[in-house]
Amino acid sequence: MTETNNIPGLLAKHGFEAVIGLEIHVELSTLSKMFCDSAVTFGEPPNTHVCPVCLGLPGTLPVVNRKAVDYCALIGLALGCEIADFTQFHRKNYFYPDMPKNYQISQFDLPLCSAGRVTVNVDDNKTDIRITRVHMEEDTGKLVHIGEGGRIAGAKYSLVDFNRAGTPLAEIVSEPDIRSSGEARAFLQKLRSILLHLGVSDCNMEEGSLRCDANVSLRPENSPKLGVKTEVKNMNSFRGLVRALDYEIVRQLELIQDGEAVKQETRHWDAARNITTSLRSKEEAHDYRYFADPDLVPLKLSREWVKKQEESLPELPDARQKRLISAFKVSEYDSRFLTQSKAHGDYFEQVMENFGDAKMAVNWIMGELSAHLNADNKEMAESPMQPERLAQLLTLVEDGSISGKMAKEVFSEMYETGKTAPEIVDDRGLKQISGDDELAVLVDQVIGENQTAVEEYRSGKKQALGFLVGQIMRLSKGQANPGKVNEILREKL
Amino acid sequence: MSISKEEVEHIALLARLELSETEKELFARQLDQILEHAGKIEELDTKGVEPTAHALPVVNVFREDKVGKELDLEAALANAPDREDDSFGVPKI
Repeated sequence: MTETNNIPGLLAKHGFEAVIGLEIHVELSTLSKMFCDSAVTFGEPPNTHVCPVCLGLPGTLPVVNRKAVDYCALIGLALGCEIADFTQFHRKNYFYPDMPKNYQISQFDLPLCSAGRVTVNVDDNKTDIRITRVHMEEDTGKLVHIGEGGRIAGAKYSLVDFNRAGTPLAEIVSEPDIRSSGEARAFLQKLRSILLHLGVSDCNMEEGSLRCDANVSLRPENSPKLGVKTEVKNMNSFRGLVRALDYEIVRQLELIQDGEAVKQETRHWDAARNITTSLRSKEEAHDYRYFADPDLVPLKLSREWVKKQEESLPELPDARQKRLISAFKVSEYDSRFLTQSKAHGDYFEQVMENFGDAKMAVNWIMGELSAHLNADNKEMAESPMQPERLAQLLTLVEDGSISGKMAKEVFSEMYETGKTAPEIVDDRGLKQISGDDELAVLVDQVIGENQTAVEEYRSGKKQALGFLVGQIMRLSKGQANPGKVNEILREKL
Repeated sequence: MSISKEEVEHIALLARLELSETEKELFARQLDQILEHAGKIEELDTKGVEPTAHALPVVNVFREDKVGKELDLEAALANAPDREDDSFGVPKI
């Protein structure tokens, strides 16, 4: 496989372009499931949050969770979709053991939301990705394959946990408007940010609450016709998405160059081996025989209801970005960093309630705080360090009480122990010495002990000043304010 | 309208049904008759008639987002054809 980071360039060289559409499944953070009142949970012991409805037992009747419809409509509205005034549920029929009913309740020709768009920013170019539809469905159970390292191929048998079965999902389908893995990543990030601002899902990709499949094909550049596509599944991180798409694009290009045909099939991204592999699938696999679910009556959605949903939309990333730029004068780049999730923006704004320097605040959130959270595998929302505490630390740096370098040490200790910055500074005697009188004593002592250097400086050797400053810093155990020391030293010499 | 044996085989596969040759012929004939019967509806002029989404004249049946009573583990697994620890066991896929 060709190793290159510039896949679009490679394609262009051969006169091709990639055509990518994404299907994103979002688990909605409702309390109960889509069609029954079992709890929506994660990481609980198997089969402890199930009931006759989500186990698909005979004689049960699904009833729609109102909140899940609200959430799905909010997603649609945030993506600029039209909200249907009439919508209904269909049965998608197929046999798979993670689905107790042998059909999944989904939507077919009358989805709740359709025809939206998302603007994404890639390398400072804005691109619109159209949204085909957003519809409601139920999640499946979880399979654990036993034997052969947990892979389907070669497994002896499988175990099913139905806790997840029936969890409300919104499926977001994009038009094939994406041309590179970079665009796909930016699109998914933007979508995630919007969903996090809406508060309808925790969007945790590792836990599977945000999942992404991609349809990938190649075609001659600027050709209106679509090539044969493959569907790539199982990309459960941003990195996985980019790598899987790049792999698949190059794989298809090599097939075409070798004069072979791309086969329409589903391929599985294997993150451990960095390849996509064909899933053994029968030709009939996609014959889902959709029909309207007779157990569920249609939904007729009044325009007043839609208006109410619209009015409950919170501030979304684009609007927040604009506001942060105008209110705090942060850069475009910083504003994008701060709107990657609601928690990022909230954290920043809470720091700014007690602190004045926006650039400095962003740098610390982007630098120290993010580094510590990443190392801990924590989300911004889970930060053990509260924004007020960070503001307190930054204030100590700003008023010269501690140096920036010391502040990093203090930060680490605050993060680990939960102590406040003033407590740590006092405990460890880290407070920077900035008082003129105190510093003058140190300066005098160093001048007295280093007459040679003083003479050298006076005779024109300016480097000698650096040596003297170093001596004073050493004497103060690093606590003297270097700017002030310079000032006083020059005066005295 | 005539249903071929291949179509019957396709439908049987989708439904995971194993049919004998005699059954395939029988069902092809019966499916033909059913479709022909349903086809009669196509003779009607349905211009201006709203598509029927559901047999009941009812819309908007919701429940509130509240957690209710769940099954306990033993009850949930009581009818499992196969079980390992606390999970349903299924044959390899």
